[in-house]
Amino acid sequence: MAVTTTYEPVIGLETHVQLMTQSKMFCSCSAAYAGAEPNTHVCPVCLAMPGVLPVMNRLAVEYAFMTGLALNCQIPEASKFDRKNYAYPDLLKGYQISQFDLPFNINGWITVEAEGVTTRVGITRAHLEEDTAKLIHRHDNGDSRSLIDMNRSGVPLLEIVSEPDLRSPAEARAYLQKIRLIVRTLGVSTGNMEEGAMRCDVNVSLRPVGTEKFGTKVEIKNLNSARSVLRALEYEIERQARALDSGELISQETRGWDEDKSVTFSQRSKEEAHDYRFFPEPDLPPVFISAEWVEELRARLPELPDQRRERYVQEFQLSPYDAVQLTSSVEVSHFFEETVRLYPNPKTVANWIEGDLFRILRERDTEIDTLPMGPPQLVELLQLIDRGTISHGTAKEVLEDAAFSGKSPASIVKEKGLTQISDTEELNRAAAAAIAANPQALADYKAGKKQAMGFLTGQVMRATGGKANPALVNEILRAHLDKA
Amino acid sequence: MISREDVDHAAMLARLGLTEAEKQLLQTQLSSILEYMQALSQVDTSGIPPTAQVIPLRNVFRADEPATSLSVEDVLSNAPDREDDFFRFPPVFE
Repeated sequence: MAVTTTYEPVIGLETHVQLMTQSKMFCSCSAAYAGAEPNTHVCPVCLAMPGVLPVMNRLAVEYAFMTGLALNCQIPEASKFDRKNYAYPDLLKGYQISQFDLPFNINGWITVEAEGVTTRVGITRAHLEEDTAKLIHRHDNGDSRSLIDMNRSGVPLLEIVSEPDLRSPAEARAYLQKIRLIVRTLGVSTGNMEEGAMRCDVNVSLRPVGTEKFGTKVEIKNLNSARSVLRALEYEIERQARALDSGELISQETRGWDEDKSVTFSQRSKEEAHDYRFFPEPDLPPVFISAEWVEELRARLPELPDQRRERYVQEFQLSPYDAVQLTSSVEVSHFFEETVRLYPNPKTVANWIEGDLFRILRERDTEIDTLPMGPPQLVELLQLIDRGTISHGTAKEVLEDAAFSGKSPASIVKEKGLTQISDTEELNRAAAAAIAANPQALADYKAGKKQAMGFLTGQVMRATGGKANPALVNEILRAHLDKA
Repeated sequence: MISREDVDHAAMLARLGLTEAEKQLLQTQLSSILEYMQALSQVDTSGIPPTAQVIPLRNVFRADEPATSLSVEDVLSNAPDREDDFFRFPPVFE
């Protein structure tokens, strides 16, 4: 059955970002849990033994505030931690230390670019909490059990909650990518979703276009890539639209995302689920942040993505579109700026990065910083074009090779014999041969049909294996045609 | 007087399996505890800002420096059950 009513999706995201500290949030256990032997980064504090005292990691607190500033948040003078109580084995102590009614950061916003449109998305809050333990499920010989590795338990986690300001799956994905870019630019998190350093829950409801009232929302839990956010939302919006069209009620529930089957599925219904009984964490004194401290932290902020984008427009005279592309990741902007430093022609550099280099990265599904090729090789390539050693077309081929071999473009040109033919004698012969073989083209040219020129240039290029200098070919052809 | 549903709910949240007799006993006991605590509501608190803390401390931090953790044997010494170097529990699924 086709969907008949036009619905507008209303989407909000809760994003969990692990902060890149050396030690855990409330104890001195190492936070480097990835790859560690199970239960080796555990102490009485993260086990919540009786009588222990958690103490806040100052760097984690500062990272949380710096992220809040980068998200244009207000920082209330007073904040505190609370206990969020729930019984699930990923928390051995039966509660998570989190922030309830006085979070570190409130009322922020970021801008998000999706499908050529810039949208301002509100940030409700960004609060600090602790990560949970990792559960492993084993089934064999008819025996099922769950195992707990506590190494991750207590790693600092910043939860960033957006307002329900997003209106499409593409916007939601762009929002997540922007958050990732911001935390990576700040250097407070790896933002690596595959490794779980960044995770995301999505809330989505539908309402008929033109109406104000929110529909019943569904939460999709544990999305672990920007792509799964996009796909899960596309699926869920379609599912809800069909249900609403056939007169069903959407039940407020939590759903999971099955990546392999590409479907969301019901997990538990919200009504019965949660009663967290938050209360102030008695072991942690409140945090008061002075105006001086805020300013000190603000001074530590690096150039943020929006500022960088703006600078690219001002300093390099790039279009806003180019600026968005080139600031889409920390690595791409480093690559671009280093190349421009060595080869001060920003527009040319931008075209090569956004065009051929991005295409190569997409085709090979890789990132710019994992290429063996760096800015010096791109610069060398551009200089080979400028000197007339290779044509633009040949340069694309050389780039493809250099990108993955890491070889110098000059040596690739030499090895493959790609040097452009600028030998006038050889080109004169080729031009004369092309004209002789195509009398119609000559007649067309004489009759004023300038396309004939393009055709003949193509013939000469082909005869020389694409290595002829096109400008020179044109010049020589014209001389031949005019005196013929 | 707290209701029987309150007792059931609190027991469920705390994952306590209570007998019928225990539930009845707790209903009475919890009710009298709450009743006793009602005495606090007689204090005039108008003009006193709410507080989450009674200790005169604020901004207590430690430096971000990792220290040695417990040995795995110590970590698991109170575990009701273990498998390899993990805590072992009855199966839970998302």
